[in-house]
Amino acid sequence: MLKDITIGQYFPGTSVVHRIDARFKIVITAVFIVMLFSASNYSALCVPLVFFAIAFMASKLSAKLMIKSMKPIVPVIIITSILNIFFIDGVSVIKIWKLNITDNGLYTSGFMIIRLIALICGSSLLTYTTSPITLTDALEQMLKPLAKIKFPAHELAMMMTIALRFIPTLIEETDKIMQAQKARGAELDSGSIPQRAKALVPILIPLFVSSFRRAEELALAMECRCYNGGEGRTKLKTLVSGGKDYAALSLSIFFLSVVFILDLGKVSF
Amino acid sequence: MIIKLEDLTYTYSQGTPFEKTAVDHVDLEIEEGTLVGIIGHTGSGKSTLIQHLNGLIKPTSGKVYIDGEDIHAKGVDLKKIRFKVGLVFQYPEYQIFEETVYKDISFGPRNMGLSEEDVDRRVRSAAAMVGLDDSLLDKSPFELSGGQKRRVAIAGVMAMEPKVLILDEPTAGLDPKGREVILSQIKEYHDKTGSTVLLVSHSMEDVARFAEKILVMNKGKVFCYDDPPGVFTRAEEINAVGLSVPQITKVFIELKKRGLDIRTDVYTVDFALKTIKEYLEEKGGAVNA
Ligand SMILES: Nc1ncnc2c1ncn2[C@@H]1O[C@H](COP(=O)(O)OP(=O)(O)OP(=O)(O)O)[C@@H](O)[C@H]1O
Ligand SMILES: [Mg+2]
Repeated sequence: MLKDITIGQYFPGTSVVHRIDARFKIVITAVFIVMLFSASNYSALCVPLVFFAIAFMASKLSAKLMIKSMKPIVPVIIITSILNIFFIDGVSVIKIWKLNITDNGLYTSGFMIIRLIALICGSSLLTYTTSPITLTDALEQMLKPLAKIKFPAHELAMMMTIALRFIPTLIEETDKIMQAQKARGAELDSGSIPQRAKALVPILIPLFVSSFRRAEELALAMECRCYNGGEGRTKLKTLVSGGKDYAALSLSIFFLSVVFILDLGKVSF
Repeated sequence: MIIKLEDLTYTYSQGTPFEKTAVDHVDLEIEEGTLVGIIGHTGSGKSTLIQHLNGLIKPTSGKVYIDGEDIHAKGVDLKKIRFKVGLVFQYPEYQIFEETVYKDISFGPRNMGLSEEDVDRRVRSAAAMVGLDDSLLDKSPFELSGGQKRRVAIAGVMAMEPKVLILDEPTAGLDPKGREVILSQIKEYHDKTGSTVLLVSHSMEDVARFAEKILVMNKGKVFCYDDPPGVFTRAEEINAVGLSVPQITKVFIELKKRGLDIRTDVYTVDFALKTIKEYLEEKGGAVNA
């Protein structure tokens, strides 16, 4: 049920992809996304796919997991492809009733679907192989230069860390409360819409109560440990970058340039 | 047989690296009207097992029969099963949500679609059963102490008057007196209504005193299911797998280890006294006790 949500979930491992410096991984993911969106024809689009395939193999994650991460965006994919197939002008290929399926429509929607799936897979690979704490740590360090213009980099990172840390806890808690109310005969997944909305009350109230309690406890615990913001704070685990990080980054930039070359070579549309 | 489990297996997060088999090929039959104590290590699968009994989780494989009915068969109304099998969760006070204690206890019975008088009668009798004062019924449950909240939550399930009442560690985190009170109230509920009661606990002492049958779980499997004397004939084995047996039993196991030819299936102080007397008499020594 709720447990099936894998967004932002981390699967510990020791592969190369797991070990690459998180800052580099973020940059490489950004490069990957640029690749996806600058590719303007199918041959150029193959390049980021190959790049993803290499990274995915190196990560040693199971393909099942990747497929699972696609589940929530299936409706989005279906809707975009339907819109694209029917509403882009071009030479009609198949005609269903009054709707034309055009060659351009097929071409573009195929393109969009591949892009969308690759986008989700790529960013999932980042979160699957990097623990949320490391990820926010990396973000904080990357944003640090902005502190000079009063950008609250540390506070932002701390808020993100806390939010990420509590997502699984909240999901677990919601699950537990739902089970407990179901055990008392609450009906959550049937009935009319107002009925369903009303059925949420027994779940939301305990959830809010416990969230507030948790927030209070956490604040207290942080104060007890003398937390007073980012100033002068040192880290137990500092991020270190080495040869493999630069190698991975160079590889991604190489792929990006290949995309650009293919884009120039064969201008489509 | 009110409850029958056939080759029940449950695996959490199947197909991910976090895969964990919490209940492992369990076969079990529980007779109607028994007070069963369920005991086992942290993580031995007790909570997972009991959540199968009212269909909150669906087994990975195997079957669950309640009153002879396969609850996951087509056309079975799980809601009805949930009224038949009442489940009180571990730390149930987190399920409380209404403005008053009365309303919160009545949530279950109201979902059953009972008449207003019926609901009222059940709420009051359940509140009395767990020892909640009438004056508390109109208070906000959030103002109560932890122990009182626990009672509200237990009453909320008792008010559905289920044929099978399952409680997951109802005494966790309570003081010794509060524990005693809740346990004896559960026992009283059992005696009065003749319903089947399953009581999960970490304390072998409590279970030995109250239960008619004991189910010992170990690593997702049923280690043994028997009446207390039967279970405690295996006290040494139970001790060996690291489950705590009552203090008094430990004493006897230790005595045996030190070379005394004495029985180890002793789990109450009275019986211990008798056993020691018999032992000494057998040895021919004079006893003045
Ligand atoms: N929601 C869950 N997701 C994944 N694994 C779980 C989940 N709930 C329990 N487990 C795992 O299943 C196993 C059995 O857990 P369960 O809660 O049934 O144990 P328990 O006997 O009730 O323990 P306790 O005495 O601490 O309550 C544990 O190893 C636990 O880690
Ligand atoms: Mg438990």
